[in-house]
Amino acid sequence: MTTPLVQVEDLTVDFGDVRAVDGLSFTLEAGAALGVVGESGSGKSASASALLGLHRGTGARVTGTVRVAGTDVGAADEAELRALRGAKAAMVFQDPLSSLDPYYTVGDQIAEVYRVHNRVSRRAARARAVEVLDRVGIPDAVRRSRSRPHEFSGGMRQRALIAMALACEPRLIVADEPTTALDVTVQAQILDLLHDLRRETGTALLLVTHDVGVAAESVDEVLVMQHGRAVERGPAVEVLGAPRQPYTRELLASVPRVDARRPAGPVPGPRAAAPETGPLLEALGLRREFGRGSSRVTAVDDVSLTVHAGETLGIVGESGSGKTTLGRMLVRLDDPTGGRLRYGGREIGSLPEKAFRPFRRELQMVFQDPVASLNPRRSVGESVADPLRAAGETDETRIRDRVSGLLERVGLDAGRYERYPHEFSGGQRQRIGIARVLAADPKLIVCDEPVSALDVTTQAQVIALLGELQRELGIGLVFIAHDLAVVRQVSDRVAVMRQGRIVEQGAVDEVYGSPQDAYTKQLLAAVPTLDPARAAARRAARSELAVA
Amino acid sequence: MSEALLVQEAGAAPLAAPASGARQFWRRLRAQRAATAAAAVVLLLFLAALAAPLLAALAGQDPDTFHPELVDSAAGGVPRGSFGGIGADHWLGVEPQTGRDLFARIVHGARVSLGVAVAATLLQVTIGVVVGLAAALGNRRLDQVLSRITDINVALPLMVIALGLLAVVPPSFPRPVLIALVIGGINWAGTSKIVRAQALALKTLDFVSAARLSGRGRWSIARRELLPSLAAPVITYAALLFPVNITVEAALSFLGVGIKPPTPSWGQMLTEADTWYQSAPTYLLLPAGLLFVTVLSLTVLGEGVRTALDPRAASRLSIGTGREGRTKEQAS
Amino acid sequence: MTGFLLRRLGGAVFVLLSLTVILYAVFYVAPGDVAQIACGPRCSPAQVAQVTEQLRLDDPVYTQYGHFLQGIVAGRDFSTGTGVDHCSAPCLGVSYQSDQQVMRLILTKLPVTGSLVVGAFVCWILLGVGTGVLSVWRRGRITERLLTWLTLAGTATPVFVIGLLLIIVFCSTLQWLPSPTYVPFTEDPEQWAWGLLLPWVSLALIESAKYARLTRSSMLETLAEDHVRTFRAYGVGERAVIGRHALRGAVAPVIALSALDFGSMFGGAVLTESLFGIPGLGRELVHAVKVVDLPVVVGMVLVTGFFVVLANAVADMLYALADRRVVLS
Repeated sequence: MTTPLVQVEDLTVDFGDVRAVDGLSFTLEAGAALGVVGESGSGKSASASALLGLHRGTGARVTGTVRVAGTDVGAADEAELRALRGAKAAMVFQDPLSSLDPYYTVGDQIAEVYRVHNRVSRRAARARAVEVLDRVGIPDAVRRSRSRPHEFSGGMRQRALIAMALACEPRLIVADEPTTALDVTVQAQILDLLHDLRRETGTALLLVTHDVGVAAESVDEVLVMQHGRAVERGPAVEVLGAPRQPYTRELLASVPRVDARRPAGPVPGPRAAAPETGPLLEALGLRREFGRGSSRVTAVDDVSLTVHAGETLGIVGESGSGKTTLGRMLVRLDDPTGGRLRYGGREIGSLPEKAFRPFRRELQMVFQDPVASLNPRRSVGESVADPLRAAGETDETRIRDRVSGLLERVGLDAGRYERYPHEFSGGQRQRIGIARVLAADPKLIVCDEPVSALDVTTQAQVIALLGELQRELGIGLVFIAHDLAVVRQVSDRVAVMRQGRIVEQGAVDEVYGSPQDAYTKQLLAAVPTLDPARAAARRAARSELAVA
Repeated sequence: MSEALLVQEAGAAPLAAPASGARQFWRRLRAQRAATAAAAVVLLLFLAALAAPLLAALAGQDPDTFHPELVDSAAGGVPRGSFGGIGADHWLGVEPQTGRDLFARIVHGARVSLGVAVAATLLQVTIGVVVGLAAALGNRRLDQVLSRITDINVALPLMVIALGLLAVVPPSFPRPVLIALVIGGINWAGTSKIVRAQALALKTLDFVSAARLSGRGRWSIARRELLPSLAAPVITYAALLFPVNITVEAALSFLGVGIKPPTPSWGQMLTEADTWYQSAPTYLLLPAGLLFVTVLSLTVLGEGVRTALDPRAASRLSIGTGREGRTKEQAS
Repeated sequence: MTGFLLRRLGGAVFVLLSLTVILYAVFYVAPGDVAQIACGPRCSPAQVAQVTEQLRLDDPVYTQYGHFLQGIVAGRDFSTGTGVDHCSAPCLGVSYQSDQQVMRLILTKLPVTGSLVVGAFVCWILLGVGTGVLSVWRRGRITERLLTWLTLAGTATPVFVIGLLLIIVFCSTLQWLPSPTYVPFTEDPEQWAWGLLLPWVSLALIESAKYARLTRSSMLETLAEDHVRTFRAYGVGERAVIGRHALRGAVAPVIALSALDFGSMFGGAVLTESLFGIPGLGRELVHAVKVVDLPVVVGMVLVTGFFVVLANAVADMLYALADRRVVLS
């Protein structure tokens, strides 16, 4: 028997008092692909970093043994470690923009890495850089190798990082959330690229991801982690198809599926069947332009949509599609530069701030970033009380009672009124944000990526809460997200946005079941599936779409 | 100061740092040994300045009485006795030529130096915060006008304008007040730029949008959501500005256009001491040393304040690192 | 880029114009009897009247300002009592004291200040950036702590204190150096350098502290960034990480600050020049202030303002050039 390429035994990583990785052991054979899956704080990234000895000098304490391609990472001296890094095992990081030096050209950076491990001339190293850039599908690689990272798109940057990883023909590529910062269509391209490269070069792959679907698309074996420990390991088909451990089952159950509406979500029902009252909110040819002169950009272009009371309209689109700007205009956080916006039949799009005041509280918004949406210097109770006070309520006991009630309604302990936002987890903060929105007695809530910063299990809970509240209060909901599966779960109707325009709009099952627009088809084809067998078929389908 | 530099600067300050109460601030400040020591020195200096007449009386002296008997007029006015005439009566010796008590002049000088710097800093910060906030929160037009005014303020060379102004304002106008006004009025652009940049960045944060959605007014949002978050960068900046102002006052007095005799000031003492360094070195070393210790302590304290307010910076940068570019021509 | 330059130019002209208005308001209008000041305290009323006539101080303020502006743009004539002196554009007026044209005066002083600033600049950049890099390279060790405190001491010392001490130590006590004197470069380059050595060193010691801090903090900040982690993860050694990647991050702020310092110092390193008796713009200004020579004061302030505005524009431009991510607007 040959020795495995990667051998990890009883690995423990401590950051101060926090044990990130707790007694992890696993092996990876040459040429194999292992997906390490877990939620935030599961220790998956810390484990990946340990493979290259990246914890050295950071203050983290590492015990246990890690052997990669014959190098004992824990015992190796600086020179041995440097010889391992990049040459035998290469890392692809999450954020492709910040992972490249902004000051040097992409080609120079790859050449620099190549020259560290190979005694070649500058010119030869540059040639190698162009070669690998070309291999990862950068068009016109000679010219583009002279560009700096910020001149690349997100997907191109990630390709460049992968090219850097390939430069020295490593036996192992460690990819830490390589597609998390990317749009779903780009994500699919990068995953396909990794897949092809692996088949072509025989490199082993260790893929760290929070997204079970990404793992299902790319690896043969899956290792599920929780609280720094391995929960379950096995072939992807088995672990994802028939999980044995309760945590794995819970994790998989929480993952929203793009192919079917989950019964736990809000049920489309008779509430949509009351159109005779007229729409709650109506946008007609809404436009928003930024800048002037030659730098003018149209963020939202001629968008028309309606939202009824008790109904959820999903808006899905990739980054830069204008969906957030649209959402902000719907609640008048941003002023439209054209078109009409009607609320309860009244034109509000062009109302001056003062005249709009009476409607202000009825149109609310839940924000994406649970960290930024609460003032860190005010207690959460005070934040939730804001709409009450603004409405003129001065009775402190009444305010307190109402806020306590709201905190309990969203599933938080009312006794934590005086606590500050940093004492809460991301999911809890999002609940606080929802409580604050409810304090305003809204008629319509725009949720802008309300769950994209959350782990899947938390995601499912927050979505369930929103659904409950909507049923209870009969409010209109606009749910903006980049994640097609999440949108499918919550929406009655859905609008697909691209470059500021709505390319397709309709009942959710129709749009997902039989998409008409080419872009919608492309989007749906790019969503990772949880079934490794289907993933292969879809990969083939994608390449056909790309050709067409 | 370059806009680009400042924006970079402002980007480093924590926009959404966790709430840090006064108690936490003190705890973090005390955790730094150098800053604690500096704070003690600064406190001592302030106390000495406040109690200057009292201290002088305690020594049995005042800053203005001539003691011709204590200087050797035959030798050109060199103080009699060793080390510039240090003794039980004159704790730090006497001034050459006049024989005035140095201890009394030094503590009274501290009064002027610190007082002028405090007033100037307060003025700079007040103008800066008002202009910066107004620019960030007002409409486009107001922002443009205020930014232009800030540009003009930047273009006013501090030392040069101060020199010019001090020359033409009638001597009847109290000098310390004038100097504070000049420094404060000429050198506020840094504060306003930082406040504007920070407030603009804060304005884009979701919690400010949420406050708007709650139906709260513009003023209420500025007061409750923006100002508390602006406190950290402004205090930090003020703490770093303060020692600079001390230096500027000393420099103006050194050039002979600042504090006029007979009011004592360290900078002015330095000018006079210039010709006496061989025969009466203490006369030179005292104000020079004190100036050094004061500015050093204040700078260390300023760094400590920055670290205490921005613990994330502390993890990367230990004492003695400054991200601040320059406020303006200081004293070169 | 062209658009940026034009906008910057427009902005600079506006700022300078505002500067003239402010200066004019402050210096000519506010403080009492200009004629008396110009003539001197011991002038008789008749002499004052003559000066008023000569300087046309009877004209309304805006007319005077108009003449002043006209002088800058097109030049103007001055009556010297006996004849007429033409002062060609840009004319900043004529000194009350020496009857010399302010612009000519400034032009004769400029090379002196230039010698001081350029020499000191070379010293402080080398010293400052070097110290910064060294303290990053030796971070966490005793060298770093030492350098940190040294630079801190440097920032806390006023230039006139260190200059004074240097003169006392090297010129008076040890007598290694002659007292600083200014000899024009064109006359004797060697004397020029020796005479300016102490001023250069004094300025450099003080200024370099600031640059050391800026270099160090910029580098540390870069070292904490993700892309540095990338290169470490690819086996790039510490030397290359610091020398290539971290140092590159410090280039833009250091260049921008240099431009600013350079600009503001060209208006006269007032303290240094006064202390060392270097006959540059700064010393001339102090002199003019002391004798209340208003045209000279206003002219100097305007020229300094011009350099500052110029330096600000250059700093922004260099910053954007050095840091390609910044978009000029």
